Amino acid sequence: MAKIFAVVIVLIAIASAIPIIMHTWPLPQDISVHGHLIDEQFSDTMAEAGISFLASQILLAFFIFKFSNPKPGDKVKSFPGGASGLVIAAFLLVGTECLALGVFGVKAWASVYLTPPAADAVPVQVQSGQFAFYFRYPGPDGKFGPIHPDQINEANANFFGIDTTHDQDSKDDIVTAEMAIPVNKEIHLLMHSKDVGHSFYVPELRIQQDFVPGLDVSVHFTATKVGKYEIVCTQLCGLGHYNMKAYLEVKSQDDYDAWIKQQAALQ
Amino acid sequence: MHDMSAHPTQHGAPTSFIRTHVFSIDHKVIGKQYYALALVAAVVGMFLSWLMRIHLGWGNFAIPGLHLLSSNGAPGDVMTPEYYLQLMTMHGTIMVFFVLTTAPFAAFGNFFLPIQTGAEDMPFPHFNMMSFWVTFVAFVVMVTSFLVADGPTLGGWTQYAPLSAVGAVGGPGQGLGVVLWATSIGIFCIGQLLGSLNFITTTLDMRCKGMSLMRLPLSAWGWFITSIMGLTAFAVLMPACILLILDHVAGTSFFVPSNLVINGQILPHSGGSTLLWQHLFWFFGHPEVYIAIVPGMGIVSHVLVTNMRRPMLSHRVLIYSMGALAVLSYMVYGHHMFVSGMNPVSSIAFSFPTLVITIPSTIIVLIWLGSLYGSKLRINSASLFALGFVSMFISGGVSGFFLAQPSLDIMLHATYFVVGHFHLVMGVAAMFGIFSGTYFWFPKMTGRMMNETLGKAHFILSFIGAYCIFMPFHYLGMAGNVRRYQAFTDDYLIPLIPVHKFITISALFTGFAQLIFIYNLIYSRFKGPLAPNDNPWEGTSLEWSTATPPPHNNFGDKMPVVYHDPYQYSVEGASADFIMQTSPEKISSPDEEK
Repeated sequence: MAKIFAVVIVLIAIASAIPIIMHTWPLPQDISVHGHLIDEQFSDTMAEAGISFLASQILLAFFIFKFSNPKPGDKVKSFPGGASGLVIAAFLLVGTECLALGVFGVKAWASVYLTPPAADAVPVQVQSGQFAFYFRYPGPDGKFGPIHPDQINEANANFFGIDTTHDQDSKDDIVTAEMAIPVNKEIHLLMHSKDVGHSFYVPELRIQQDFVPGLDVSVHFTATKVGKYEIVCTQLCGLGHYNMKAYLEVKSQDDYDAWIKQQAALQ
Repeated sequence: MHDMSAHPTQHGAPTSFIRTHVFSIDHKVIGKQYYALALVAAVVGMFLSWLMRIHLGWGNFAIPGLHLLSSNGAPGDVMTPEYYLQLMTMHGTIMVFFVLTTAPFAAFGNFFLPIQTGAEDMPFPHFNMMSFWVTFVAFVVMVTSFLVADGPTLGGWTQYAPLSAVGAVGGPGQGLGVVLWATSIGIFCIGQLLGSLNFITTTLDMRCKGMSLMRLPLSAWGWFITSIMGLTAFAVLMPACILLILDHVAGTSFFVPSNLVINGQILPHSGGSTLLWQHLFWFFGHPEVYIAIVPGMGIVSHVLVTNMRRPMLSHRVLIYSMGALAVLSYMVYGHHMFVSGMNPVSSIAFSFPTLVITIPSTIIVLIWLGSLYGSKLRINSASLFALGFVSMFISGGVSGFFLAQPSLDIMLHATYFVVGHFHLVMGVAAMFGIFSGTYFWFPKMTGRMMNETLGKAHFILSFIGAYCIFMPFHYLGMAGNVRRYQAFTDDYLIPLIPVHKFITISALFTGFAQLIFIYNLIYSRFKGPLAPNDNPWEGTSLEWSTATPPPHNNFGDKMPVVYHDPYQYSVEGASADFIMQTSPEKISSPDEEK
């Protein structure tokens, strides 16, 4: 039984590693400027975690195989170097590994969260609500009008509670159900939830950020590849959570300009 | 240290059925009651996971009889989206609280901690009885929420606000369902606080003559460290649950900010903080991970030592490492909140202790592996599950490297990668700890032996099955598969559905393998062969010195006196392969603690 078990451990360890090595289920393609930092960090972590995983499982299997079912008269032997050797090894190897991952990982995190958006970043506001995203562009004046929660009315398509009668800044705001952005241009995404917690996740953009009801948060990113991608909600928000999504279209600057003009005309 | 041998029995043996088997103040009976409760909860939790997995694999499949569980939730026996979330919430809650906390800590700890410390009972036996019965009431309240018209809460076991705090307007189960959930968990906390208090005082004040702290077995250390975590963690969760209930019934706004609009109406709440709930919950929630796993580490270490016929490479280092996990567990909780909207600098601050916690975890694994080297390993159901625990803990642990880093959490947060990680490291590993403890201590608890052939079959099927279920979760997560979805309608998720089908088949297969265990447990309890003697595994700690099953006051007329460390195996020049803690035989062992 011990020998079968040891073989099973090795087979499972190898079988677990194969899809990683073969990239059977790879990370989604990266279409962002900062994404390569995350992907490189991911690969480094995978290498270190993968080696730790395989080495520990194979060692476990080997010891089970070799030291199980002893014969009468067998004597116990101590691991060379004893516990102190292992403790020092853990501190040196894992401690260094942790420190390296932690320190280098800050670079990728900082590129998204600790740097301010560029002055010419395109502002887009996204509002989440059970179970849809809506987007708002500030129009030619570059300013968003205020949100009036008491004027939110989905029947009238006033998803943001905009008062175009009284608020000057709101008059040229453009509200859409899909998000379009220009390629290679930084986007400053302003996030507002009207009801409960939601999240904005575009795997290809390497962006995931929760909406915090009562607190507006923002992220910034630059998409590098034209195409159509899915925005999905990752924060459990109710019965329609699984179906809460929108499309993100990354367009060339010309196409984006034409699109925003067309959307403005529809308001 | 307290010399119990000088004191009379704390309380006499009860004579009535009710005081012996129902409202008992005997820690051993309470331990068995906790075990039975955990077993029932595990069956319910596993059944719920089957329903969820069938739905995820084949969404329109009519599960015969499901409408009997809820006519609204499963019209025509097909699960609705909200019912999926409700079952998922109940699965997580029941498993985390009523199985993973209850069985390894409260069940085995209650039965064996006083015996391993050489005590007659716990110092507050009535509190102990109360701790079980309030836990039982908590379970009843939780299950009662299935009977609510719109079903139990659908907010997930984490119950993030404001969805959990806005009331029925938030969706099915978010009114009375949440109130019942929070009431149940609040009551559960009382049980755990009373239990933890007893565990701590038993360890510190009730040890018999000669039993220094370092002479306590590793299992006792696991329960002791866990009880300290329990006392602090549940003390935070309980008030959090009370505040949540107040938001529902008293018009307060602890977790609901101003100006939320649901169904076209502005909610009457104002001024609350949604992140406050997350801070309170995860201040409990991360130590809870260790509350589930540290008792398993202790149990598995105890079982491994007995079957390796040698002490651990270092008894002290293992204890200090478990203690380090407990201390660090309070400093890392923010890694659940990297993308929550918390200050991004805080994420970095929480990231480093999370990475550092891998050091004591690695030391524990290396001590286990290093101790296996050159051992005389006996293979039986208990040791197999202990070794399986080590394998699962490694597999679940290495994925922690990813989730400790905020930058990678951007990709992996709220995906199946997280689900795979915590199921392996605190779900399957903790379950393996429970199984290991069951096969190991069953003779002492019941006086009968479990069937070893069935035990080994149960092990190998569970081991392979668990990997087939939970390893693919990591691949799904890397592909961006979001968790808590009742169906995968997004374009990029549709190609992943065959993987979900494979997982569902594996889950059903592994679930059926657990029936072998349940059969073995129940059959052996009544018809299993009698334990050949009081010490069938040739162990050294105090539970093997007393009768099988132990008498009412644990040690009969003569209280034990301890002369040795807990694990004197294969000592040079000794008269036998093992020397019990109560043996006055003089030995010269380099491992002997002073």
